[in-house]
Amino acid sequence: MFDKGKNVKSVFHLLVASCVLLLSSLTYAESDLAIEITQGIDEPTPVAVVPFSWNGSFALKEDIAKIVSADLGRTGLFKMMNRENMLSFPTQQDQVYYRDWRVSKTEFLVIGRQIPAEGKQIKVEFELYDVLKEKRLLAERVSGTQDNMRDIAHYISDMIYQKLTGIRGAFSTRIVYVTAQQFGEGKVNYRLKMADSDGARPITIRQQSEPLMSPAWARDGSKLAYVSFESGKPAIYIQYLATGKREKIQSFRGLNGAPAWSPDGNKLAIVLSKDGNPEVYILDLRSRSLARITHHYGIDTEPSWSPDGQSLIFTSDRGGQPQIYRIHLPTRQLERVTYEGNYNSRGRLTQDGRFLAMVHRGIDNVFHIAVQDLKTGRLDVLTDTYLDESPTIAPNGSIILYATQKGVKGVLGGVTLDGSVRFILPAVSGDVREPAWSPYLQ
Amino acid sequence: MRASNVTKAVALALSVAWVAGCSTSGSSSNTGETAGSNNGSTQGVNQGSGVSGSSMSDVANLQTVFYFDFDKSVVKANGFSDLEKHAAFLAANPAAQVVLEGHADERGTREYNMALGERRAKAVSRFLQVNGASASQIETVSFGEEKPQILGHSESSWSQNRRVELKYVSR
Repeated sequence: MFDKGKNVKSVFHLLVASCVLLLSSLTYAESDLAIEITQGIDEPTPVAVVPFSWNGSFALKEDIAKIVSADLGRTGLFKMMNRENMLSFPTQQDQVYYRDWRVSKTEFLVIGRQIPAEGKQIKVEFELYDVLKEKRLLAERVSGTQDNMRDIAHYISDMIYQKLTGIRGAFSTRIVYVTAQQFGEGKVNYRLKMADSDGARPITIRQQSEPLMSPAWARDGSKLAYVSFESGKPAIYIQYLATGKREKIQSFRGLNGAPAWSPDGNKLAIVLSKDGNPEVYILDLRSRSLARITHHYGIDTEPSWSPDGQSLIFTSDRGGQPQIYRIHLPTRQLERVTYEGNYNSRGRLTQDGRFLAMVHRGIDNVFHIAVQDLKTGRLDVLTDTYLDESPTIAPNGSIILYATQKGVKGVLGGVTLDGSVRFILPAVSGDVREPAWSPYLQ
Repeated sequence: MRASNVTKAVALALSVAWVAGCSTSGSSSNTGETAGSNNGSTQGVNQGSGVSGSSMSDVANLQTVFYFDFDKSVVKANGFSDLEKHAAFLAANPAAQVVLEGHADERGTREYNMALGERRAKAVSRFLQVNGASASQIETVSFGEEKPQILGHSESSWSQNRRVELKYVSR
């Protein structure tokens, strides 16, 4: 998992060699976000993000160090130090006493300064230190205003994450999700909302009194496709995020659903039942031509694309119960992918095409999120929450967000691909469902 | 498969007998659920659609919500009788139109449940056609799990959500 960091690897090897099985249930409350670290063999790397300095005349709305700490903690790779345990609060290099940090077993240290600049600008300087090597790894400066401090914090998290793991950070991405809020007698207000990757700053991008479902990001991050019942029947719409402009794609008698953008952005895989029963089709958005992909009297639905655009993963109950299949588009060769469990659906591949996240029901008869390693065939059930659905994977494969139930309320949950860290996103008003993680943006 | 063919034959026989008997249905004491108990938008439902011949009162007391067992798209037998009467009404009133709205309970994935809802609506549509309605009088729409009748995570809620709602529409 780690690309570099010799001291990290040595700690890892030490622990594996001594066969330490860490079964800890540690809850860490950070402004409504409760992270539960479940069992794991490897010890997460201890990191401390020291509060950033600020000597401006006005109060800052956001605590950058707190956001960075929460970002890194959610990945399950890092164990973040609580502020209460910090013995010193360095904000520049000459205040860093490595011995203090070694005593608390901290391996990496993040410090920073926020400096007021002209015209309400704020300069943010941050540094990353390797405590064991007593070496500075990163020093950068960014600037912004009060309104984009969260963006700056996520940028800092991305830089640190990439430096420590070699993998591009996904903290500066967005998520969309659907909410349903009841009001009055049998009336429901449906909304499509967009928020930061940690659930903060939600804004409504669409609302209506008929259901919305299946939001899907185009790979360039500029538009969404989704299903709306505003016409009284399910139809697929494309919404351009910058302008809010919407376009209804041609809809047919029966089902119109499950839109999935091709990697090149030129096609949508969709589900139509116009030919007698639900089948997967590919709509070419340039020519508007429709190609039928499946030909079976069973239900074929929930298509998603492989990263190379050459095959589609989809759900089919042609074998009796819903299972996941893969069709190679150039040859139309079909193979079944899932064999474990009596219900597997809604498959989504990681960006490297190696892992398949899905909704899975096994012998316990409960719907969970599971991941199948397509190389080895091994299936791991990741969640123990209830009625889980709609898994969506961060573009760097680090975390899966999904919809679940907390009591009678729909909420969003998160889990790392190896199942070692689970969290529930802060509750929002209404019933939350169907998260969709953006690609890398900009 | 064979069982449902037998059922269809019986239903057909019964409905033929009923039509031949030409009686107005005064015997429906079973009110069941009415269309008004849904929480979705009503697409131009108009109880006084003024169809000629028999009046809407023939069907006003009939069950309009039909339920299904888990993972099944076969109408439960206790709905056959009223469905046959709806079919007979449609057969006698070519101008009458219905929308069949299919639903699924919350378990499983949403798009798959859209397909399940449609399967159920189509099953009711076939039943009506076998019993005299014409395909041009019937439209089917699926709402999957998106419009539950009851919110809840137990079989008592789920069983009420696995349903098809029959609604008469004005043209």
